[in-house]
Order: sequence, then C-alpha cells, then structure tokens
Amino acid sequence: MSSLTVKQKTRRIIPGFHLSLGYTMLYVSLLVLLPLSMIFIHTMSLSWAEFVHIVTAPRAVASYKVSFSTALAAGLLNVIFGTIIAWVLVRYRFPFKRIIDGLVDLPFALPTAVAGIALTSLYAPNGWIGQFFNFKIAFTPLGIIIALTFIGLPFVIRTVQPVLQNISAEVEEASASLGATRLQTFRKVIFPELAPAILTGFSLAFARALGEYGSVVFIAGNMPMKTEITPLIIMTKLEQYDYAGATAIAVVMLVTSFILLFSINLIQWLANRRFVH
Amino acid sequence: MEQSTFIQQVAPEKNNAVTKSAALQEPRFVRYTLTFIALAFLALFIVLPLVSIFFTAFQKGVDVYVAAITHPDALAAIKLTLTVVAIAVPLNAIFGIMAAWALTKFNFKGKNLLLTIVDLPFAVSPVIAGLVFILLFGSQGLFGDWLFEHDIKIVFALPGIVLATVFVTLPFVARELIPLMQTQGTSEEEASISLGANGFKTFWYVTLPNIKWGLLYGLILCNARAIGEFGAVSVVSGHIRGMTNTMPLHIEILYNEYQFAAAFAVASLMSVIAIITLIVKDIVAWKSKSA
Repeated sequence: MSSLTVKQKTRRIIPGFHLSLGYTMLYVSLLVLLPLSMIFIHTMSLSWAEFVHIVTAPRAVASYKVSFSTALAAGLLNVIFGTIIAWVLVRYRFPFKRIIDGLVDLPFALPTAVAGIALTSLYAPNGWIGQFFNFKIAFTPLGIIIALTFIGLPFVIRTVQPVLQNISAEVEEASASLGATRLQTFRKVIFPELAPAILTGFSLAFARALGEYGSVVFIAGNMPMKTEITPLIIMTKLEQYDYAGATAIAVVMLVTSFILLFSINLIQWLANRRFVH
Repeated sequence: MEQSTFIQQVAPEKNNAVTKSAALQEPRFVRYTLTFIALAFLALFIVLPLVSIFFTAFQKGVDVYVAAITHPDALAAIKLTLTVVAIAVPLNAIFGIMAAWALTKFNFKGKNLLLTIVDLPFAVSPVIAGLVFILLFGSQGLFGDWLFEHDIKIVFALPGIVLATVFVTLPFVARELIPLMQTQGTSEEEASISLGANGFKTFWYVTLPNIKWGLLYGLILCNARAIGEFGAVSVVSGHIRGMTNTMPLHIEILYNEYQFAAAFAVASLMSVIAIITLIVKDIVAWKSKSA
C-alpha cells in the first residue's frame, strides 16, 4: 500500500486527507482485503495436485456448467426484455408509469430468500404458473433461470435507461431527414449508442447471477450433477467441515468474478473513450 | 393527432413539429406490442411474485398470520435482524462518507485501485463473504485458537453475522456518494476553509447539505440489503433457533418444515419493508433531482 503516496505536493487547503484516507484504508484492509486474502492463504495448505483434484471433480465441474449456463441464459433474457422495458419506460407514456418504473427495483429491495420461496411456490408443479405446464419448471435448470432472471432484471434496465434518455432528438431527426426508416434509425443510430450500456448491464447481471445463492437454493432442487450451483457446493462442503475443499472452489469463483469485474471496467473505459473522441 | 391513443410517444422536448412525423415514431402496433411485452414481463416477474407472497401469507387466515409473526422465534429473528442492521448500517455510512471524502476531495496515486477495492464486495458471492469469516474466526481459522482460549465467540454468534453483513453492504453508501461529490468538486469547501471554518464545520454546514439526499439514498439501499442478506449470514450464523437466526434464515427454516403460511407471513413483513424502501427511494430520487 506504499504506492498510495500523495502526488499533490502543493499545499492542500481542504483538511482531513490523512484521517479520511487512513480510516478508509484501515476499514477496507480489515473488512475486505484481510478476509478475502484468507481464501488464497487457506488454499496454500493444499498441494497443486490436491487443488486440481478438488476443482475438477465431476460434481464441481457439473456445478460450473449449471451456474454458467443458467447465468448466461438469464443474462440474455434480461438483455432482450430489459432493453424493451427500458425503451418503453423512456419513450412511451402509459398509465401508472411512475409506479411501474419504481417496481423495477424490487429485486434489489426484496430479500433473496423471500424471492426464492415466492418464485418456487409459483412455478412448482401445483403452483399458480407451474400447473399450466406439463413439464417441471421449479426444481429444474429452468427454475434456476427464472430466479436469476428476477435477480438480474434491474441491471440492464437501469444501465440502458439513462443512455436512452440522453440520446438527443436531433440525431434521430437527422437520420430520419436523410431518409432512414424507423428500423434503420434504430439499428444504425440508436442501437450503437445503447450497446455499451446493454453490455455493462449484461455483465453486472451475469456476475451477480454467478454468485447468487438465496433465491436459487429454494427453486433449484439442488440435485448433484443436475441442478446444483457452485455456491451450493461451497455451502455443502462447509457443512461437512471440508474447509479446504470449500476454499478451493471459492478460489475458482473469486478468480472468475475478478475477471468479470475487470471486463466490466474495461467495457466502460472503452465506451467512455469512444464518446470523448 | 394521436392524442386519443392509450399509449403515446413521449415527445422529445426539442421540436414538436418534427416529432409528429412518422419517421420519428414507431408505428402504433409496434408501440402497443412493445408496451404489452414490457408490462407482461414485469407483471409475470415482479407483480405476480409480490401478490403471491401476501396471498399465501393470509391463506390460512389472519390468526395463523398473527401467530406466525408473534411466535417467540419470529420475534427473536426480528430483534436480531434489527440489531445487526443498527450496527452494520451506521458503520458503513461513516465509512462511506470517509471514503468519499478521501477519494473525491484529494488526488493521490492508487486512487483507482482503492475505488476497485471498495467495490470488491459486490463482485464476491455472498457464500464466499460468509466463508472468509469462518476462515478467520472459525475453530480451524486464523484466530480460532486464540478466540477459543479467551472464550470469545465470533462465528455462529452476533459478531459474525454483523461482520458478514458489513462485508456485503460495504460499498452501498460510498458508491452513492463518490460520483455525487465528484461532480460537486471542492470549491465550496475551499471557500469555507479560507473563511476560517474548521474541517468538521465545513463538512457539517457545506458538504453535508449538498450530499444529504445521496447519503439517504445509499443508506436506504444499504439498509434493504442488510435486512435481507441471506447467503453470507447463512454461512456464519450456525442456525441456532431463537439465537442466531435472522428473519431470512427464519423464513428458510419455516419453509423447509412445510410451514408455508408461517414462512410467507414473515416473508410478507419483509416484502412490506421492501415496498417502503422502493417508495422512500423514489421520493429521495425525486427530491435530489429537484434540489
């Protein structure tokens, strides 16, 4: 942390630099860095062969596939419907729009366990929605996708909305006056502006979905090899006091999340650069 | 022209004459179809689950509902959740203000790194957020032996639940304040200091009034997440009924015991909190826009 030296050698007028920075660094060191570093330190107790054996065990690999494919499916659903919802909320007027706009944030405010039991009872074979289907939704990967779609719903909408709001009418007018149809204007003018926001929203929803636990455990059915998500593998190993095993799987998840976080920042940086030039 | 239609296009404020031309508007059936898709999706994913929670909660009558939420275990869970929130939210509020002050009022090397670290808890699975505190304070953990010798319980007790909650809600206040204070710059604070006010007075009378709505917004989000956190708390709580079960954990136990009406009764309480959160959030967002 010695790299955090003061660049500004000129006299600072505003007080509290050392206090606020010191406090911030102490806080994140004790509550974020030290705890997270334990994952990597604890994994050191395993040999490389043991580590590989744990993280490539068939049940673990099956869980990566379940987590990854369901998070991807939910993310794509959110891209399609989230973009439509954002479009409708920004461009059209209809009754109760303000309330509906406010409700979009419900997945952020509603505890995940509450969402989990509500969705499970809706999509169970005898539930309000489940009864209309002659195949199972809850307790299959479909159920996981539904829970993850709910959890990720606000991300795409809330990243696309402000961008859509800021597209100036003149650009669309110019496109129209040059003879473009509405669809052409959308494809060639509006969509390129939205694309970075959609991608950011997708990445945020996807990252959240990969780690999600509360809403999924109820609806997943949690069958090993079939509907077991990776966070649940960690949970199961912990309940068996297999701390080394849990930690090894956690390393895989953490590294994946960090790569995602890095990609999100990269997308945003590239998008900002595009607008500056 | 199309004033009578149910779903109208929001007119971009610039030039109304041009707006009404067909080239700038989707055909009516497209507008209706898109609106229908959007509303149907939200009805299916947001409204229906919400309605089903309250419906199931009252399905067996008001007596069962009242019995479920006044059960000693339920009351203990509510009390524990409120205790955890009362500790975790103020801690992260103070941190958020400190971090935002350091990150927006000064320039230093490694600023972006620190920003990323502040955001880190959002990228970590809740289950891992719980696991890290087991690795620190559990019986096999780094401080496990020391804690055992001194008879201090952190994991499977209140401190562990508070720590896990602090971890998962750490970025909320900071994240709201940093962009806000960034755009406000430092000139007002500099003026206040040069007029002789001290640092604390400057913060209290100059900075705080400028950031109060953003702060409140962050607090609401932090509060909602702290009340509802499930995965992280589940790992560190040890599930001791009436002792270390928070409201979401209590719901899980009831649900797994097939006491659906009771589970949904407690869930409905939490849904009310969520709805209040959304309303307050909306008011705050509106106030901060008009401020």
